This record gives sequence, structure tokens and C-alpha cells, in this order.
Amino acid sequence: MTFLERDPLAPQAWFGNLPAAHRYTYGLAGERFFRALKDEGKILGSYCPKCDRTYVPATAFCERCLGELTDWRDMGLVGELHTFTVLYVDVEGRPLETPQIVGLVSFGDGGIVHFLHADPESLVIGMPMRAVLKPPHERQGSILDIQYFEPFQA
Amino acid sequence: MTVRFKQFPGVSLSEEDFRQGKVLYQMDELKAEYAWDSGIAIGAYLAGLKRGVILGVRCSHCRKVVVPPRTVCEWCFRPMEEYVELPDTGTVNTFSLCYITWDMRRISEPEIPAVIHLDGTSELGPSSVIMGGILHKLGEVDPKEVHIGMRVQAVWKPAAERTGAITDILYFKPIR
Amino acid sequence: MRKVAVIGAGMTRFVRRALETPKELSWEAARMALESCELTMDDIDAVCFGTAPDAFDGVHMNGEYASDGAGGWRKPFMRSYVGGGTGIFVPIQGWYHVASGMFDVVLVVAEEKMSSYYPHAQAAFLTIFDHTTERPLGPNLLWIFALEMNRYMSTYGLKKEDIARVAVLHKRNAAAHPCALLGDANITVEDVLNSEVLAWPVQRLDVSPVSDGAVAIVLAAEHVAKRLTDKPVWIEGVGWHLDTAYWTNRDLVYPRYVEYAARMAYEMAGIKEPRKEIHIAEPYDPFDYKALHHLEGLQLAPRGRAIELYLDGTAERDGDLPICPSGGLLGVGNPIAAAGLMKIAELFWQLRGEAGERQVPGNPRRGVAQAWGDLMQVGTVVVMGR
Repeated sequence: MTFLERDPLAPQAWFGNLPAAHRYTYGLAGERFFRALKDEGKILGSYCPKCDRTYVPATAFCERCLGELTDWRDMGLVGELHTFTVLYVDVEGRPLETPQIVGLVSFGDGGIVHFLHADPESLVIGMPMRAVLKPPHERQGSILDIQYFEPFQA
Repeated sequence: MTVRFKQFPGVSLSEEDFRQGKVLYQMDELKAEYAWDSGIAIGAYLAGLKRGVILGVRCSHCRKVVVPPRTVCEWCFRPMEEYVELPDTGTVNTFSLCYITWDMRRISEPEIPAVIHLDGTSELGPSSVIMGGILHKLGEVDPKEVHIGMRVQAVWKPAAERTGAITDILYFKPIR
Repeated sequence: MRKVAVIGAGMTRFVRRALETPKELSWEAARMALESCELTMDDIDAVCFGTAPDAFDGVHMNGEYASDGAGGWRKPFMRSYVGGGTGIFVPIQGWYHVASGMFDVVLVVAEEKMSSYYPHAQAAFLTIFDHTTERPLGPNLLWIFALEMNRYMSTYGLKKEDIARVAVLHKRNAAAHPCALLGDANITVEDVLNSEVLAWPVQRLDVSPVSDGAVAIVLAAEHVAKRLTDKPVWIEGVGWHLDTAYWTNRDLVYPRYVEYAARMAYEMAGIKEPRKEIHIAEPYDPFDYKALHHLEGLQLAPRGRAIELYLDGTAERDGDLPICPSGGLLGVGNPIAAAGLMKIAELFWQLRGEAGERQVPGNPRRGVAQAWGDLMQVGTVVVMGR
């Protein structure tokens, strides 16, 4: 055996893990955004007058000029379908019985990534989509307080 | 501080704020499981431990002998080509009496981690910045009697129980 | 190379658990730094960002994730990470952005939110131990410091009650810092010696607290700096250096890597006798003995004798060589990457005479800040002067 050969008796690998659990605060803006979603059923944006941008979900600051954003706005529950995909396999690569649709629904200059409930054939980019929220008593202050988005007819 | 600043940002929270639901938060757990390739040199080290032998490695150019083994001498950047079977005895280079676990829980009997300078490896000195030391624990010793310079020897698991791991050495104990 | 000045600085309070997200902490510090020199993001040519392991946040590419708060939007953006050394490395990175001629004005931000790691940030540090040859032994981060401290103390015959003076001075200094987490004007050596033993010889008050916080500075090329401020503070020297990754193969008594980093910075700054030519030192002090270790590496005291600076009053704010007038990591707090940059901000304020209650008397002209990190193997050093 030369030095650079592996010892055939050596363990090939050492197994281990990283104990990584996290507790995330929502922060200055997240606290207000998710309270409004939970308590009032509203999706809030924040507006930067200098850069003329509306951030959704609302942020505490404008990422362009770093100005503080104090003009918070109710964006309504209806946004515009920016893009979507239909998932036929889950995260482990196993086939899904029912395909799942994930989309980006734009509000202001931002948007929310979420599940879509619709016939994939019926979806058209640019169409209005409405957030369907959990009943008020089930909301926890989480992005899952929105159950899904569905096509909206005014 | 510059006169400009009257106030500094930063909102401090207490554990109580979380318990009482004063702040919203999200818990998350990463799935972080690994199979680290043991590689050539550490593979040999682990195989050695399984046989009850501590393997070091010698640089044929600068003659340093270090442990754990590696394939390159980082001091002269030449291949390290010669395994050396080291005695399982050494000297305590430094130690601690640790009353805390990795996640900051308190324990009453201290663990005694130590850096053990193994016999037969390079020594620190005026012209040497390197020694063959490994991290391990001390056992069969009164914490009050542990001292730097103490001579110690490895206590091995029974051969049948060894798996090729650093824990095949249970701990080092004083040579009396 | 062009001359580079620090022209602005800002920071958040260092707290145990911040409400703010890492993005928001970064933003708060960045905005203050910009306001302090009356610049806007339009004036910033590039952004350098420092934050420690992604594991703390559980966010892969954490630097890029938090970049909006640091002003990274549509700018040349670079994140650096050298563990605890990051806070002094990121201004070095900013320095060569400007010194090279690539950029005129650079925003440098360092942020850390350790409290997201649950239940305790210590667990994230397990990954600094080798997964195969060390981690199976069930180590914790304190082991390394306790082992190094014991070796250092034993080699030179230092006493715990003397080393405790370091923690006492730094925490007392921090009482005058508006951002400090653990400032205490009345702390005594007895308090330190009576605190809980964690891993002997390390006790609770020998250690800096886990913290959240952010710091930002603005760097400018000479021609810009002179236009924007009457009091530029120049980065006169920078240095960084790495030792072996096998920490158990190393001499734990003396941080040679700090010495080499310091010599690199001193040579650039034209410093021949550091003890005489440096008026303020901000050595890295996550543990009290570490400040001593690093003072020796910085050539500000002979080996084994840094403690004398504390015993004879030299280290005090009105002493001959004030050490950590900020309060250091032991007093202000230790949000990893932000802690180092806090030292740079302190030198900036001290050298401009703007440190308020913490002001070192006698118009100090030159200071050195240093940090330490990676796998206990890197030294990062910045010399600043006016």
C-alpha cells in the first residue's frame, strides 16, 4: 500500500449532524406586517416616496435609499399573478398524487410566494389572484395565515 | 460618541416577551445530517485506533512528527509520506475542568478535556512552533490532582467494541 | 496605494435578544453611519459586509440575504467571513477596495444576530471542532478557551485574581458606552472570582456575552475625505495572518499569528516602537485573558507581562496606554462580526475627540484594533491615526 492509497479497513465516512434549531423574530416591520395579517386580515405594504416604490411584504426601510418607511398601506387581498409553476414531485422527489401549484402574486413592487388553488389550465400570467385567509381565530401571525391564492373575478 | 447621536437603535427582548406572546416568532429546524468522508490520512488514523494504535505521520523533509495524520506538511508543503505508530502515552499540555455541556447545561462532576502531547511527536521549543498534540479527556483522576506536565496513558475500549473512532480511546489516565 | 480615511460611523445597541432582523440591524447601523457624514446611498460606490457563520441564522448565504439592509442593492457587494476576526477583516477589505483605486467611497457593515440560534448559540460553535477526531468527544466552545487560558496562566505563573482585573476594567469602561450590554461601573475583582465556574479556569464574568447588534463605517479616498470632513481618521496600516488549523499542534501560550498580522500593519504604518507610538489599543477580548494574549501578540507588552499594564494603571482610560476604552467585548458585548467593527468605530470616535464620557484624554493620535477568529487561528489588525 502506498501512502496515498486508502486503508481498505478504514471507515469510509464519519456520520454526524449539526444541531441547528432557530427562533426567528419577525423584526420591526415583520411584527407589524404579521399582526395586521393575523388581527385585521390585511396585507400591508410600505411606500418610499423618494424612490416611488411599494414594498410588499412591508419593510422598515427602502433597500434603494435606506430611508425609513413610515407610509404603510393596505394593499387589499387581490394581487396579480406574476408567475407560477406546477409541481409534480415533492421535495424528496416522490410523485405527488395531486400536482401542487406555487406562484408569485405581485402587490405593489413586491409580492408574495404562496400556493395557488386553481385548475392549472385556467391560470394566465397577469390575472388577478385573491388571498384566502384562515378564519381569524386560527391565525397565528404566520405566512400560513394565508391558506392560498385563488383566481379572482371582480 | 459623536454629538449627532442622541439615541441608539436596537430593541432588546427578554425570554418573558416570547413566553407571553408579546413578540411574534417562527421556530425552524434545519435538517443537517452529514457523512463526512474520512479521507486517506484520517481513515488510516481511525483504522489504527480500531487496532489499538495511535498513528502519527512524519514529514520526510522537515522531520516533523504530528498527530492526527495528514497528507501534506503544512509547514514545508511537501507530502507527508510516512506513518508512525506512536506510543499511547503522553504529557498533559493543558486541561480544563468543565462544568457546562455543549448547549450550556450545568453538570456537577466536571469533564476534564485536555490537550495531550503524545510521546514520539515533535515538541515545542525555541526553533519549533509545532507539537503532536490531540484533544481528549482525562479519567480515573481526582480533578484536584490534574496538572500540566502530568504523564498520562490511553485507556482503550475492549478490542471487540472498537469501531474506528477517537472514542475507541475512552480517556487518558495518569501513569502512576 | 491611495490613502483611505474613515469618515463616518454608526452602531446599534448590543443586546442579548434583538427584536430586529439581521437586515434591520444592518440598516440601522448603516443609516447612522451615512447620516454621521451626511452621505446618501447615491454617494456609495461599493459595500463590504461582514457576518459570521450562516449557522447562527440558519440562512445559507446570510451575507447576501441581509445585503438589502447593508445597502447592497445594485452595488458591488462583497461579504467576508473569518470568524471572530471578521469585524477587523471587513474594514481591511473595505480599505483595499478604496486603496486600490477601484472605489472612492465604501460602506462597511458588520452585523450579527446570535440569538436566533436556539436554544443557545454555543451549539453553532461545535462545528469549529473537527467532526471526526474531536466532535465525538462532546466538546463545547469553552474548552478551547479554558485550555488556552490554563496553558497561558501556568506558563507565566499568572493568577486568576490578576486576570480578573481585565474583565473589571473593560466592564467599568463599558458603563460609559450607550450601546453596552454589560457595562458595570461598580464591578470588582471579587465579583469575577465569585461568578459561576463554567470551565475552569474560565468563570462566567471572564466571558463576553452572546449578543445581537450591528456597526457600520464609511471609508473614503483622500480627495473625497478631505472634502467631506475636517477630521478624517486614516487607516495607516492593515495586517492579517493565519496559523495552523490543527489547534492542538500549536503553541497555545503565544498568538504568533497576531504578531505577524501586527508586524504587517506596523510596517505599513511606519511604526517601529508600537508601545511608544500607539496611544490607544483595542485588542480583541472575548475572554479576559485573551486581551492579555493579544496585547503580547500586538507587541504592546513582553510575553507573559501584559497583565502589568492592568496592575499598574497603564491600561486605564487616563493611563499611558488606554486599553479597550470602549468597554470591549467583555463590556459592550460580543455580536461576533459587529464586535470587531465596534473597535474600529471606537478608535474613530476617540481619535476625533468625539467619544464623550469615554474620551481618552491627551488628544490621542494613533490607535490599534485587533480581532481574532477562524479556527482560533487568525489575527486581523488595523492601525488608525489622524
